[in-house]
Amino acid sequence: MVTALDRDTDLRRRAWDAAASVVDPEIPVLTIGDLGVLRDVVLDGDRVEVAITPTYSGCPAMNMIALEVELALERAGFRRPNVRTVLSPAWTTDWMSGEGRAKLRAYGIAPPQASSSRRALFGGQTVACPQCGSDKTELLSEFGSTSCKALWRCKACREPFDYFKCH
Amino acid sequence: MPVANIQVSETPLVLYALRRADDALILGHRLSEWCGHAPMLEEDMALSNIALDLIGQARELYGYAARIEGEDNDEDKFAYLRDVRQYRNLLLVEQPNGDFAQTLVRQFFYSAFADFYWRAMMTSRDTTLAAIAAKSEKESAYHLRHASEWIIRLGDGTDESHARAQAAIDHLWAFTGEMFAVDEGERALIDADIAVDPASLRGRWLTTLSDIVSEATLELPQNGWMQQGGRSGRHSEHLGHLLSELQSMQRTFPGLTW
Repeated sequence: MVTALDRDTDLRRRAWDAAASVVDPEIPVLTIGDLGVLRDVVLDGDRVEVAITPTYSGCPAMNMIALEVELALERAGFRRPNVRTVLSPAWTTDWMSGEGRAKLRAYGIAPPQASSSRRALFGGQTVACPQCGSDKTELLSEFGSTSCKALWRCKACREPFDYFKCH
Repeated sequence: MPVANIQVSETPLVLYALRRADDALILGHRLSEWCGHAPMLEEDMALSNIALDLIGQARELYGYAARIEGEDNDEDKFAYLRDVRQYRNLLLVEQPNGDFAQTLVRQFFYSAFADFYWRAMMTSRDTTLAAIAAKSEKESAYHLRHASEWIIRLGDGTDESHARAQAAIDHLWAFTGEMFAVDEGERALIDADIAVDPASLRGRWLTTLSDIVSEATLELPQNGWMQQGGRSGRHSEHLGHLLSELQSMQRTFPGLTW
């Protein structure tokens, strides 16, 4: 027997999976599920409300992500999806999944370190090169091609690379 | 036909949110002026990234101000349809970019303050302000590190960079006192554990500055006379010029959308 509760759980999982599959337009190997940007999915009758949280206050990808989530839900058969942005608790790179970190590294971006190192005013960071794995690397710039990345260089293989900053 | 300014019901809480929003928007706009002009590509990206963070913070705060005001205003109207006298930002953040040293000293003074300020605001009884603060303090930590590194590099660099950094410190110092001043309305919010008492941060702010500045072989001026006025809408001549550019599209084509 299929109960209403089962149906709701199943529906919610379908909505979650549809929303979670939306990719970050700046880092298309990561989904918002991998990133931890997708926070909640609430069903109310045939309506669905999705909560997402920004990585950075000014991240220009958020508007695009919100639109993509709505489209993904509509494609999955949900009518009138609603996306809202929540700020609290503040997003942290600690929410990034292990799978997400592996995908980042394979894509050539060094994944974020544990956020406990964030408060050190200077130095103290060791970031392994995503190309050759060496930890003989140096910071070129705190700010890279997007808000969430810094620019590093590997002294072993000489390749510059992006590092997803811990946050 | 001129576009009318909006009216704002400045209750203490609306005003409190607007002041912080205006700080972030105006400083973000100033930094965005470097886009395409910074001395090197990395800095062009860094200053633009910091500008983006600040404008993002401003949007959250304007959105909140609009919600608590409960009138017809929104983030765009706050940004585009208030004139100079309605802006409530610190005089520090509207000061022109000047040379690279002046931009970085301004950023250093502000970020060192903002970093402590947001961290303190995370325990505000106002849950929205606390949430905005929790987001912002992560960003201000990066901004402060970036500015600190540059202060050391410029001060402990060549004679020329040292002289320019010291001149910027001497010039901008008089605008720092305003960060620690509060009026009656804000005092009531502090007493209600909603707002942050900036006076409680001054000691730590000064220690951060002193540490970095002395490592940079530079000097902080002795406490002197401090210029104030931005919080009550009395601005330096520079803000009007900034707003004329920031607002030109909405003033010329009212209601324009992308």
